[in-house]
Amino acid sequence: MTFAPGSRVRVRDDWPEARGPCHVRTPHYVRGREGRVVRRLGTFPDPSALAFARPAEPLALYHVAFPGEQPWPDGGADEILVEIYEPWLEAP
Amino acid sequence: MTPLLEASPERLLLAVRQLLREKGIAGPDEITERIRVTDEATPERGARIVARAWLDPEFRALLLEDGTRAVESMGIPMRGLPPLGVLENRPGLHHLVVCTLCSCYPRAVLGYPPLWFKSAAYRARAVRDPRGTLAEWGTTLPEGTRIRVVDSTADYRWMVLPLRPPGTEDWDEARLAALVREGDMIGVTVPAAPASLS
Repeated sequence: MTFAPGSRVRVRDDWPEARGPCHVRTPHYVRGREGRVVRRLGTFPDPSALAFARPAEPLALYHVAFPGEQPWPDGGADEILVEIYEPWLEAP
Repeated sequence: MTPLLEASPERLLLAVRQLLREKGIAGPDEITERIRVTDEATPERGARIVARAWLDPEFRALLLEDGTRAVESMGIPMRGLPPLGVLENRPGLHHLVVCTLCSCYPRAVLGYPPLWFKSAAYRARAVRDPRGTLAEWGTTLPEGTRIRVVDSTADYRWMVLPLRPPGTEDWDEARLAALVREGDMIGVTVPAAPASLS
């Protein structure tokens, strides 16, 4: 599934850390959160495979903006921009 | 077996260099060359990019659209390095870059990351309490300025294009570049023209 700039997306509420050794580039604080796609940044070899020297397929990478008060209501960031790989994103 | 964190750094480095050679990934000459290229990058390079963008609207547009191509046009080597993204501060919008997962840093244009950028304290606080973090740096933003924290989590490296300070209207590129500090391009500080010079 690909996402156009401006699309609403949700980060999958998935915790591969609970299942065993893994390498994850999706910060904890955005999992399960809704954001908005700002830009498609290109495709890059899957880091979760690269880290274990497994064949890494190219994954689309998106810049996604999250409202700052989602993870931390008393936070102070108005917006947090995070790079997220496509398999972590779903339509809300 | 000695745990990795307790191993002698010299022996670890030697072992990694040997493995890189044995596996045909990188030989000694290639490593020396890469160290040379890495050592050449300093915040002064980033400051030149900022000054150019302040003076040249076409360059600025390219920098924001495709940072890698823009800085390559200035002769900065980017081959084999992660792509560069540049985010522009505007009146009412400020960017602050952090890597909460590790210490991703735009080395090609700013050189080695400062120690504080890699510290657990900065990585935790910048994303959670950016206003408190900026206050500790002595940075005050105009009231009502929105803060956008940029968590550098994956394959891009991010740099901030700060706002050109008032009072620098007739300054040339070299003078503007001398004004821009490392922290201005991460977003912990903002450049200001010294009152006596403006």
